[in-house]
Amino acid sequence: MRTGSKKFLLSKGLDEYFIGVYNAYKFIGRFFKEAFKAPFHFREIINQCFEIGLKALPLITLTGFITGIVFTKQSRPSLETFGATSWLPSLISIAILRALASLVTALICSGKVGSSIGAELGSMRVTEQIDAMEVSAINPFKFLVTTRVLATTITVPILALYCGFVALLGSFVNINAHEATSFISFFEHGFDTITFLDIFTSVTKSIFFGFTIGIVGCYKGYNASSGTVGVGRAANQAVVLSMFLVFIEEVVIVQVSNWIRLF
Amino acid sequence: MQSDNHNDIIDRDDAVISISGLYKSFGTLDVLKGIDLDVHKGENVAVLGRSGTGKSVLIKILVGLLKPDAGIVKVLGQEVDKLQGKELDALRLKIGFSFQNSALYDSMDVRRNLEFPLRMNFKSLTKKEIDIAVEEVLDAVGLLDKINQLPSDLSGGQKKRIGIARTLILKPEIMLYDEPTSGLDPITSVEINDLINDVQRRYHTSSIIITHDLTCAKVTANRVAILLDGAFLKVGTFDDVFATQEERIQSFFNYNFIT
Ligand SMILES: Nc1ncnc2c1ncn2[C@@H]1O[C@H](COP(=O)(O)OP(=O)(O)O)[C@@H](O)[C@H]1O
Ligand SMILES: [Mg+2]
Repeated sequence: MRTGSKKFLLSKGLDEYFIGVYNAYKFIGRFFKEAFKAPFHFREIINQCFEIGLKALPLITLTGFITGIVFTKQSRPSLETFGATSWLPSLISIAILRALASLVTALICSGKVGSSIGAELGSMRVTEQIDAMEVSAINPFKFLVTTRVLATTITVPILALYCGFVALLGSFVNINAHEATSFISFFEHGFDTITFLDIFTSVTKSIFFGFTIGIVGCYKGYNASSGTVGVGRAANQAVVLSMFLVFIEEVVIVQVSNWIRLF
Repeated sequence: MQSDNHNDIIDRDDAVISISGLYKSFGTLDVLKGIDLDVHKGENVAVLGRSGTGKSVLIKILVGLLKPDAGIVKVLGQEVDKLQGKELDALRLKIGFSFQNSALYDSMDVRRNLEFPLRMNFKSLTKKEIDIAVEEVLDAVGLLDKINQLPSDLSGGQKKRIGIARTLILKPEIMLYDEPTSGLDPITSVEINDLINDVQRRYHTSSIIITHDLTCAKVTANRVAILLDGAFLKVGTFDDVFATQEERIQSFFNYNFIT
C-alpha cells in the first residue's frame, strides 16, 4: 500500500460505493452487537427520547393538523359527486393512519432529528470529542450511537401515533364545520374501517423509520470527515439518505402488508 | 526562562514508553518512517516538528487510536496494538491524553466534563467521592471557580487546563500533550508550561509533549526529539540538540525565535 499509484478493483466510484455499503453494514452490525450488551445507559436513552420528542413535536403538531384539514378539504368534492360525503371520516382515517401519519412524521424527523444527530456527532468527531471518550476508556459507539438509535426507534412510532391523532383532529374540525358531524360519530365512523393490521403495519413502519433516521444520522456523523465542512455535509447527507430510505421502506412494507392482507 | 526540569526524579532504567522501528502511512502518504524512542519513568520528552510531520499520529498510536503499520510500540510494558477491549481500556486509563483543541464535551459543563470519565469507568464511586476528585483536579489546574461554566464560555487556555484536569482525574501514569501551548498568548503559554511541570511533580507522570514551541520544550522537557521527514533527526537535552550545527535544526531554531 505504501508504493505508487492506487489500483481500483472496478472504478473509483464503484469501489467507494461498495466500501460505503460494507461500512454501513458493519456499522449496523455493531449497533446490534452493542445494543444487547451492558452497560445500557438507560438514562441517556431517556434523555435522548425527550430531546428528540421535544425537537420534533411543534412541527409535527402543526403539520399533522394542517394535513388533516387540507386532506379533508381536497377529498370532499370528489366524494360529493357521488353524494358520499358520509364516507369522508373513514376515507380520511384510512389515509392518515395507514400512510400519512407515519410518513409525515418520518419525513419531519429526518429533517429535524436526523440532521441534528448528524451535526452533533459530526462536530464531536471533528473536534476529537469522540476520540477523547475513547482514550478515557469510554465506548463512544455505545454511549453516543446506541443510545440515539434506540431513542429514535422508540420515539418516532410514538410521534407517528400522535401525528395521526392530531391529523384526525384537523380533519374533524373541517368535517364538523361542513357536515356538523359530532366528535363521537366522527371517530366511530373513522375507526369502523380501521383494522388491527392497519395500526400494526403503521407502527411497524414507524419503528423501521425511526431506526433508519437514527442509524443514518449516527453513521454520517460518527464517520464525518475532518473540518467544519464535514459537519455540514454529515447533517445534509443524513437528511437526504434517511428520506430516501424512508420512501423505499414505505413501499416495501406496504407491499408486504398487502400480501399479508391476502391471507 | 529558567530551567525547571526535574532530572532527579527520572529512572533511566525504566522505560514506560518504548517505540522501535515504527512505520505509519495513510494510503500513499508515508508519515512515520522508522521512529525509535524510549521515555523513562518520570521523564518529560518533547517532540518538536513542523505541522503535518506526524506528531499527532505518533501519540495517537500510543493510545491505540491509530494502528502502526510496522514496528513495536510498548506502553507500560504492553504492546498497544495487540490489546483489545478490556485490556486496552485498562491501559488507556493509565494514559492521559490532552488534545490539541482540548476536545471538551461541549454539551456538558466543566463539572460534568470532569465527572464523566470517572462515572463511566468506576460505577461504584459515591457522589461525594466524585465531587472531591473533581475539586482536587480543578484546584490542581487552578480553575475551581469555573466549575459550572460551559466549555464555550472558557478561553483557549482555560479549555486546555480543563482538558488536562479531565485526564488527571483518572490518575494517569503517562501524560501525552498534543501542542499544549499552540494558539495561546505568551503569558498563558508560560502558565501551561508551569502546569505541565507541576503535573510531572505532583502526579509523578512521564510525558510526551508534542509542540513546535521551543520555549515550551526548553522549560518542560528533560529531553527533546526533533521529528523531520518521518524520523527523529536528533534526540537529547535541549541544549545538546540545539548546540549542533546541523543546518535543519538550526533553521528550526531560528525560525521559531524570529516568528
Ligand atoms: N486519520 C488519518 N487519515 C489520513 N491521513 C491522516 C490521518 N491522520 C493524519 N493524517 C495525515 O498525516 C499527516 C500528519 O498528521 P499529524 O500527525 O496530525 O501532523 P502534526 O505533526 O501537525 O500533528 C498529515 O499529512 C495528515 O493529513
Ligand atoms: Mg497535530
